[in-house]
Amino acid sequence: MFNWLDALVAWLVYDTIGLDATTHWGQALHFFFYDSVKILLLLFLITFLMGIVNAYFPIDRIRSFLSRNKLYGGEYVMASTFGAITPFCSCSSVPLFIGFVKGGIPLGVTFAFLITSPLVNEVALAMFVGMFGLKATLIYAVSGILLGTVGGYVLGRLKMEPLLTDWVQGVMRQAHMEEAYEEEKLTFLQRLPGVGREAWGIVKGVLPYVLIGIAIGAAMHGFIPTGFFEKYISKDNPLAVPLAVILGVPMYSNAAGVLPIIQVLVQKGIPIGTAIAFMMAVVGLSIPEAMLLKKVMSWKMIAIFFGTVAFFIILSGYLFNIIL
Amino acid sequence: MKTIKVLGTGCAKCKTTIAHAEEAVKQSGVDAQVIKVEDIQEIMKYNILTTPALVLDEVVMIKGRVPSVEEIAAMLR
Repeated sequence: MFNWLDALVAWLVYDTIGLDATTHWGQALHFFFYDSVKILLLLFLITFLMGIVNAYFPIDRIRSFLSRNKLYGGEYVMASTFGAITPFCSCSSVPLFIGFVKGGIPLGVTFAFLITSPLVNEVALAMFVGMFGLKATLIYAVSGILLGTVGGYVLGRLKMEPLLTDWVQGVMRQAHMEEAYEEEKLTFLQRLPGVGREAWGIVKGVLPYVLIGIAIGAAMHGFIPTGFFEKYISKDNPLAVPLAVILGVPMYSNAAGVLPIIQVLVQKGIPIGTAIAFMMAVVGLSIPEAMLLKKVMSWKMIAIFFGTVAFFIILSGYLFNIIL
Repeated sequence: MKTIKVLGTGCAKCKTTIAHAEEAVKQSGVDAQVIKVEDIQEIMKYNILTTPALVLDEVVMIKGRVPSVEEIAAMLR
């Protein structure tokens, strides 16, 4: 799919700039240009496609749907899937949480949405396709949605309502069914300019992270010998996955910044499952996220939430190592 | 006088929205004040799910994205 780009970048770096393909600098620069252009193209394409889906399933409509329909367990899968298609911004997680609770949506279902939203989103998917291919992306998306579903269900069973802050409990007591969502009457073509603007906005927003991530990745690609990490984190080490997750939880980065580095770690010998588990821990859970959630829940509840999600990330890490 | 409220818990996007709103007021010359609302309980009274949100005279106009200066100026007129 990207052979033309490979040739173009090779011509630029090796022939025009005149760097040798066997040198560290040559390899690093080739990697940087090739990956930047490829990722940006994919990023815009996938953000645009997701934007179209999103124009028909805006968050208000999703809430209204989940609030009005009881699906005998299916609501966990729905909430998690919706979490995947909705663009994620960590600054919205608290309003979302309250909004869902207010609509009478059970806590577990709300958690299902909240877990999947940062893990699977347009930026993560675009970069995943660019770096690991379609098959790995599909497995990643499906397991992310599964993780949210199972995690949400388990958290829902724990009956943690008393651990919410008082005013959230008050909101919960006054919860009421949402009104039916009224769709804006716009044709497909009328929606396109808005979708394009949104997509460009998202790409522009993550651009600096992508470029910094790829630059670090490129430096590692050019200067760290292949198989370097294998000496330290081998596939046979059963503790590698939990360690990677525990290391990743406090850190915060979005998928855009962390994925280029993950790709290089994999190339240099870290098993893909371990690397993905690390990435999920970095993007899904973080200290800033915990601080935001403190406004709606007690520390105990945050600890249970983080612990449960981290546990399932570790499980998926082992699973990825077996199947990928 | 018109009142613009920018709802958001202090993230980068919310700060950009406030800057855009202030610029729009200046450019359009409309008599309006920009208020920043950071208290989550206050924010939730507007029944929004995504921030930043922009409220003009108690009506939610924008939610979940940063509006451009021109867009806000057009609303004010």
